[in-house]
Amino acid sequence: MTGTILELKELDVHYGPIQALKKVSMHIEEGETVSLIGSNGAGKSTLLMSIFGQPRASGGQIFYQGVDITQKSSHYIASHGIAQSPEGRRVFPDMTVEENLLMGTIPIGDKHVDEDMQRMFELFPRLKERRNQRAMTMSGGEQQMLAIARALMSRPKLLLLDEPSLGLAPIVVKQIFATLRELATTGMTIFLVEQNANHALRLSDRAYVMVNGEIRLTGTGKELLSNEEVRNAYLGGH
Amino acid sequence: MSAAINKPIDIKKSVVDSILAGLISLIVFGPIVGVVLDGYSFNLQPARVGWLVAIVMVGRFVLSLFLQTARGLKILQGFESTGSGVHVLPPDYKSRLRWIVPLLIVIAIVFPFFANKYILTVVILGLIYVLLGLGLNIVVGLAGLLDLGYVAFYAIGAYGLALGYQYLGLGFWSVLPLAAIAAAMAGCILGFPVLRMHGDYLAIVTLGFGEIIRLVLNNWLSFTGGPNGMPVPSPTFFGLEFGRVAKDGGVPFHQFFGLDYNPNIKFLFIYIVLFLVVLLVLYIKHRLTRMPIGRAWEALREDEIACRAMGLNHVLVKLSAFTLGASTAGLAGVFFASYQGFVNPSSFTFFESALILAIVVLGGMGSTVGVVIAAFVLTVAPELLRSFAEYRVLLFGVLMVLMMIWRPRGLIRVSRVGVTPRKGVAP
Repeated sequence: MTGTILELKELDVHYGPIQALKKVSMHIEEGETVSLIGSNGAGKSTLLMSIFGQPRASGGQIFYQGVDITQKSSHYIASHGIAQSPEGRRVFPDMTVEENLLMGTIPIGDKHVDEDMQRMFELFPRLKERRNQRAMTMSGGEQQMLAIARALMSRPKLLLLDEPSLGLAPIVVKQIFATLRELATTGMTIFLVEQNANHALRLSDRAYVMVNGEIRLTGTGKELLSNEEVRNAYLGGH
Repeated sequence: MSAAINKPIDIKKSVVDSILAGLISLIVFGPIVGVVLDGYSFNLQPARVGWLVAIVMVGRFVLSLFLQTARGLKILQGFESTGSGVHVLPPDYKSRLRWIVPLLIVIAIVFPFFANKYILTVVILGLIYVLLGLGLNIVVGLAGLLDLGYVAFYAIGAYGLALGYQYLGLGFWSVLPLAAIAAAMAGCILGFPVLRMHGDYLAIVTLGFGEIIRLVLNNWLSFTGGPNGMPVPSPTFFGLEFGRVAKDGGVPFHQFFGLDYNPNIKFLFIYIVLFLVVLLVLYIKHRLTRMPIGRAWEALREDEIACRAMGLNHVLVKLSAFTLGASTAGLAGVFFASYQGFVNPSSFTFFESALILAIVVLGGMGSTVGVVIAAFVLTVAPELLRSFAEYRVLLFGVLMVLMMIWRPRGLIRVSRVGVTPRKGVAP
């Protein structure tokens, strides 16, 4: 056990009068791949965003490497080793691939930019072909690769991914998960939020299942894959 | 020629087009030209309407025929293929501006020797609007924050000089940096409360801010002189005045250098200083758009959520855009005040804000070259069209409508050279 990198303690999040997260507690160990699965509106993305303080937690605490970051500003959190690839990709449409990657280096400055960019191009060879193309003109899968690569440019200790499979062709999803697996073997800590339970559970060491803002189930990826309830709800019963 | 055209010229279509245009012009010109008030009654003048409608119909017919020829089709396509936003050039692209910029600088240096006072003042006004356009371009074009009260910072610069002279005895040179700082602070003060707003809401708040400044200037009679305005001192050259006779027994500029008295010399001086300041601002802007802060502005315009996820401090980024834009307007205000020799609140109405915004939009949001061209077009054109003074705003409107149809992205499409990471340079 190398230590807990992120810990949520009884986190409550409200959107106005609506409570989106109800006393959510979870922890992520260093080097682990953890996924969070759940249906639409369960509060998965809210959980991910509230780690960044958007929206702020109305109760409970978030610890990152032992430091309470519940009330810290987003840019503080981003510059201390947590990187996020937001839901819906959100690459900068009018910037080229290289410029998007440069944007990713903001938290740490451009000391390692050459080396890291080279690494990203090895990880995602498609991006290398498109390096001077505007992000807007690329396909959804390429944009997703770019969003992940951009998040990795800040050399994060913890990578948060929000639905990397959203709206992508099955073969592209496969590619992306293969890359994530590759990343995980290098020791990167990954926290994955997914609806695509099948892929996500296969990739992860542990997983949480979220229903209506509460953690319903938890266990290793394998356990959950064979769990009756999960199979019925997320894997189409097969 | 006929070989080049695939489809034959469709005369019927042209006739239909021209009849439609004729009908529209009949509706437009009928009441305006056809009915002339004569005391309490009015005369109908069908002949005049007839002529105008005929001209429109013939014009439309010829245009329609022309657009069906090969050349016309090409022009039409040129207008339509301006679809996507920013055009990114390869990183090693060498712009043609390399040749044009030195040429323009040479022209700018040589030109005052041939210009009379009138042309000189028009060009000074043009340059002032270039400054304003460049400043607003940072706020609207780069950072994407719609600011409708930009004229407030311009007013702060101009009144900074007038009030500084009146109460503190400051001159042009000491106010120039101070006004920039004062306007920047005002930008910061405005920036803080509006950080949470986007788009339309931001526009409303800034519009309100612009009006507040103008109304305060207008109504604070004891301090700003209200609608009567305030006198502004002429600039000096190392303490030498440009008048025929210097005040307090000093030596005027022309005597000191043993020249003949030239009444234009004040404007020439303003022109030279203004030109240098514009060059400086252009250079700073050029560098800024290639620095991380410039990239941060553009990123903020494109996607704020992604920016935050990247760890950008959006408060700092927005405030820096507001502050830099405002300080540029402050500089422009000082030049405007000393060029006029007098300030009053009627120079800082909402129409000015709209004009500056029009410069930025016409020039192409974020495009420096476009803004410079648009600033000159929108300030020099009204001067050239003095004899059509009543139609000036009408022409303005027509120009805007035509631009939005054919060049929705502005005169010059924003194209920027792609960024390549620096090699082995630690920050």
